[in-house]
Amino acid sequence: MTSEAVKPQDRKWPEEGVSRVPAWIYSDESLFEREMEKFYAGNTWNFVGLEAEIPEPGSFQRTFIGMKPVLVTRDAHGEIHVLENRCAHRGAPVCWKQRGKAKELTCPYHHWTYDLGGNLQSVAFMRGSPKPNPGMPKDFDMKNHGMRQLRTVVRGGAIWATFSDETQPFEKYVGPQVLEFVDRAFNGRPLRLLGYSRQIMPCNWKLYFENARDPYHATLLHTFFTTFGLFRADAHTRALPSDDLRHEVTFSWFDSKASEKNVVMSDDIKNIQTDLKLHDMEIVTPRQEFADGRIGTLEVFPSMVLQQHVNTLAVRHIIPKSPTSTELSWIYFGYQDDDETLRRLRLKQGNLTGPAGYVSLDDSEVLKQMQPVVQNYPDSVQVVEMHGRDHIGISETSVSESMIRAFYTFYKREMGL
Amino acid sequence: MQIKEHNVSAQLKEAVRDLYDDYAQAVDAEQLDRWIGFFSDDAVYRVIARESHSLGLPHATIYCEGIGMIRDRANMLQKVAVFEPRVLRHFITGVRIQSASADCIVASANFLIIESLFDAEPVLLMVGQYQDEIISREGDLCFRKRDAIYDQYRVRTTLVMPV
Repeated sequence: MTSEAVKPQDRKWPEEGVSRVPAWIYSDESLFEREMEKFYAGNTWNFVGLEAEIPEPGSFQRTFIGMKPVLVTRDAHGEIHVLENRCAHRGAPVCWKQRGKAKELTCPYHHWTYDLGGNLQSVAFMRGSPKPNPGMPKDFDMKNHGMRQLRTVVRGGAIWATFSDETQPFEKYVGPQVLEFVDRAFNGRPLRLLGYSRQIMPCNWKLYFENARDPYHATLLHTFFTTFGLFRADAHTRALPSDDLRHEVTFSWFDSKASEKNVVMSDDIKNIQTDLKLHDMEIVTPRQEFADGRIGTLEVFPSMVLQQHVNTLAVRHIIPKSPTSTELSWIYFGYQDDDETLRRLRLKQGNLTGPAGYVSLDDSEVLKQMQPVVQNYPDSVQVVEMHGRDHIGISETSVSESMIRAFYTFYKREMGL
Repeated sequence: MQIKEHNVSAQLKEAVRDLYDDYAQAVDAEQLDRWIGFFSDDAVYRVIARESHSLGLPHATIYCEGIGMIRDRANMLQKVAVFEPRVLRHFITGVRIQSASADCIVASANFLIIESLFDAEPVLLMVGQYQDEIISREGDLCFRKRDAIYDQYRVRTTLVMPV
């Protein structure tokens, strides 16, 4: 670092505004701590799982909201709870298994036992041992020492939670533009859990959050998309942010004839393979599943990307692990009433995404390459001008960085940068 | 000391071990055209998280049903995918034959894959177990089913080459 390098506490957003992104935001540790507090632990609704993952009374599983370990449970009456995975006694994790079924949750450390709603049921040696011995104070009230329960919303099979009492109602938080698409996937048809592909990426969480709202790269880096007409720069695309700019949805209308068209934009796409043929075409031959014919992704800030690529439906659960490392957990699902063909298509088309996906392994590779660069040139500045320096609204083209600018308008405001 | 007579001949064990070593060598050398040749036409090849596998869930991180999809995977890696060059080294141990009939050998083995990237120390990319069904095709052994079940909760960054 040169002697002129800006000290972390004096770092300012570039004067040009959101058409510039300063590189230090991808590695600054104090900024990361503030993000975890303000966003993941703050006034936000976080995706924590699908109802189909905890199908029966007594089912539970562990996950994270940002850095904080939580438990998602279904109690004896079928009601869903999200609890801090933390014993009210000494702070040991109550649950050590990734998932399972239980009548009650017993902390292994001192055997304090809770029901699946987190209510304290018993304290070992409550009255002391051997008797007579004081044990716990006479006025110790188990009602005041449960596991902390988070506000929880279950909507269409997806489970959301917030640490804050001040978070606005879920519908209002997501906003009508994005809620329409969340409800489109989680539409009340019982979900069928298909499986998991999780990856750990050596990059800041915002690099991934930007990547998923950047259709400009999708037509260039992901040659597979363009080659088989799944998504192209000339596709009819629309991207729109929520009113508060933190969420967004990007979709296009699937064109089943696109792969047969001449690639008019091939001059701009350096590595396109027009002679590439697939032996099994089902992977690029989706069945139209939703009446509106649209495909795409949406982001519910700060922890979820919801993907509908052809017939693969997946939640990409974003879990930051450190300023320079992010877990991306792909949870694939379909619907209980899927027929055999659709079940097969979902499995086959699963090859498109995830850690080994034809249109997503490129992403984890590029973000891995990017992190050491942005981290070691913290005072460098990125240019985000495609589709206009100030444009942050609806865009009708994939060749746009409007949703990145929209996000950083929100981010700057919230972080006071 | 008495040793029980094995149902599986030493010769068959040797042949299965050779198959595993040849397969690993082909993948490590990035000879993907050769890799395709290790599968029967109706083969199912999956790289699947232990988490999904133990829950009996069907989604696999790599899912190939039939030789066409196996060819496509090789083709995509050779012609389309954008990734940092890497050197992989498979270590296969504990080869076991569960059963062997005239039609099919059911076998398993542990795998450990070390990944070396430019300008970085080698790291453990993946560890897990193969669960295989092996058949004979014109005298050579090949896979009719190959499940590579990885133990770790998360894939390290990206899974590019087949396991």
